[in-house]
Amino acid sequence: MTSVDLDTTLTRRIASRSRRRFGEIVWVELLGLSIVLILAILGVIVADVVIHGAGHVTWTFISESPRQGLTEGGIYPAIIGTTFLVLLMTAAAVPLGVATAVYLHEYTPPERPKQAWKRFRAAEGPDRRKLFGTVLLSLLAKVTRSAVANLAGVPSIVFGLFGLGFFIQFVGRAMDAATQPAGQILWGQGNLLWAALTLALLTLPTVIVATEEALRTVPPELRAASIALGATRWETIRRIVLPGALPGILTGAILAISRGAGEVAPLLFTGAAYYLPFLPEALSSQFMHLGYHVLILSTQSPDVEATKPVLYGTVFVLLVLTFLLNLTGVLIRARTRSKLRAGG
Amino acid sequence: MNDRRKVDLTRGVKGRFIRDRLMTVVFTGAGWFAILFIALIFVFTFREALPIFTDPEVSKEANLHEFFVKRVEGETIEQQFVWQPVGEVPKFSFIPLILGTLKATFVGLLFACPIGVAAALFSSEFAPPKLREWIKPTIELLAGIPSVVLGFFALLVLASWLQNTFGFTYRLNAWNAGLALGIALLPVVFTISEDGMSSVPRHYREGSLALGASRFQTAWKVVLPAALPAVFASFVLAFGRAIGETMILLMAGGNAAITSFSLSDPLRTLSATIAAELGEVVFGDPHYSALFFMGTLLFVLTFVSNSAGQWVIGRMQRRMQGES
Repeated sequence: MTSVDLDTTLTRRIASRSRRRFGEIVWVELLGLSIVLILAILGVIVADVVIHGAGHVTWTFISESPRQGLTEGGIYPAIIGTTFLVLLMTAAAVPLGVATAVYLHEYTPPERPKQAWKRFRAAEGPDRRKLFGTVLLSLLAKVTRSAVANLAGVPSIVFGLFGLGFFIQFVGRAMDAATQPAGQILWGQGNLLWAALTLALLTLPTVIVATEEALRTVPPELRAASIALGATRWETIRRIVLPGALPGILTGAILAISRGAGEVAPLLFTGAAYYLPFLPEALSSQFMHLGYHVLILSTQSPDVEATKPVLYGTVFVLLVLTFLLNLTGVLIRARTRSKLRAGG
Repeated sequence: MNDRRKVDLTRGVKGRFIRDRLMTVVFTGAGWFAILFIALIFVFTFREALPIFTDPEVSKEANLHEFFVKRVEGETIEQQFVWQPVGEVPKFSFIPLILGTLKATFVGLLFACPIGVAAALFSSEFAPPKLREWIKPTIELLAGIPSVVLGFFALLVLASWLQNTFGFTYRLNAWNAGLALGIALLPVVFTISEDGMSSVPRHYREGSLALGASRFQTAWKVVLPAALPAVFASFVLAFGRAIGETMILLMAGGNAAITSFSLSDPLRTLSATIAAELGEVVFGDPHYSALFFMGTLLFVLTFVSNSAGQWVIGRMQRRMQGES
């Protein structure tokens, strides 16, 4: 092989390599383009809602009831209804979810059921009974965890069915039979309480999963140190574990709430009302809801053009509400992350 | 250090231990209460569907044969499988609804899967860290858009645009509903695929680069194959989300329960049928039980696909942790 030959092969190889490089750059650009596309979709939706909706949101729109077959007036009852619903849902879901996660993570044995079972088989004497309890508890924790993880993906309409089948038809009817004169229905129909509890169940898995993840970030050494210093388990949880996990718990809770605030499917049969001239007065009242209002305005309206401004205004308010909740959650997380990175 | 925070070991020991016992009871109680409710969800959704099998009155009209197999007299397939729950002779064929669900899901996945994975690969392998810090929250924002808003957008804006561009006969059809559904699926595919790609150990990439592969080759031939289980899981979870999604399809699907394979015909999904009809149905009716059975079906399908997805993700995580 002469030196000229070698030279040409080399050049050829280098040339083909740079061609490959060029092809690759195109591919990377294409991958990047998919991100641009996603951002564009988000941008188009938000821009459309802001352009058509923001102008319609005035004080009258926020503070008055709908008029003229929903084509005029405001959405005050829907805002109040949504607020009550979200507050009730939060009050039910967050404490229960956090407590459940604490139970799963701090009170059930940390080993997997298989390991516990092995230890149980190997053990002798009076320890065996205690170890059998460990096996059962760790099995329970495992089953619950996987049930919770899967429940987070069950369609919201199924939760609506559950709300109707359990809260309204089962609990509500039983309550009516016990407290109301015969034939009177108070609890055996959709209302604020049942809708909030249905939504609470829907958000419960998200809260549990997020809280457990936050608890996992607290190093076990801290717990051990606290116990070694003589603190009880509860004192350790309250003074060491919960403060450390708080940002994570808050983020998870807020994201769960924002998801719950935008859900409509579970409310269809559990108490959302088409139109109410008054505000909900008791847990047994029906209520108006921003998301449900969007559904009604966009599918049931006899005159689409006439309802459009109100519709866009309502969507704008709903979107602002969910984005604000989301943003709060994301910001809290970002702050704690940078704190962690700074070693604080 | 604040004085209040110091734990005095000598004083009130008994009180502290009583409080500890009390809180154990509280947490255990709360845990069991939540577990009880989770079990109840399973029980009660099935319970209301049960009359299909046990109550002769109900099962005369609504039964498995009626749902999945029975054809009524008719020339075309469209006339043979009919969902017409109200009428002198109610017809309860699930076939048109299942077909509608599958059509919308197909379009949604066709849109979301490639774009979601491509975006995930870019974000995990090529995006500068600064940009990446922006991408994730933005996608979360997209995930935070309530589905009723996506439905509204598809109904008012997307449908008109698609019809003007492609000249569909029907304004609301499978393309429109499926694309809107795809927007909801994008964050699912992106987030899970991205997590999977990020969890691929560094030394995979370092080894590939050291052997002379370019960054693109590394991403395409090393990272993507290693993260394939996560990508697959993201498709499965997106499928689960798609068949259960209700509001988008209720609003943008056109609400026509017809047995048609064409993507430009209007459709009606299982979930939208429950949403549209359960409010007006008579309690204990065959129709009522049929709708609950539909819900049970969705429940089981999503539960199975989610379990499969979660299992794959868990296995991959354990493997990656073992290797890194």
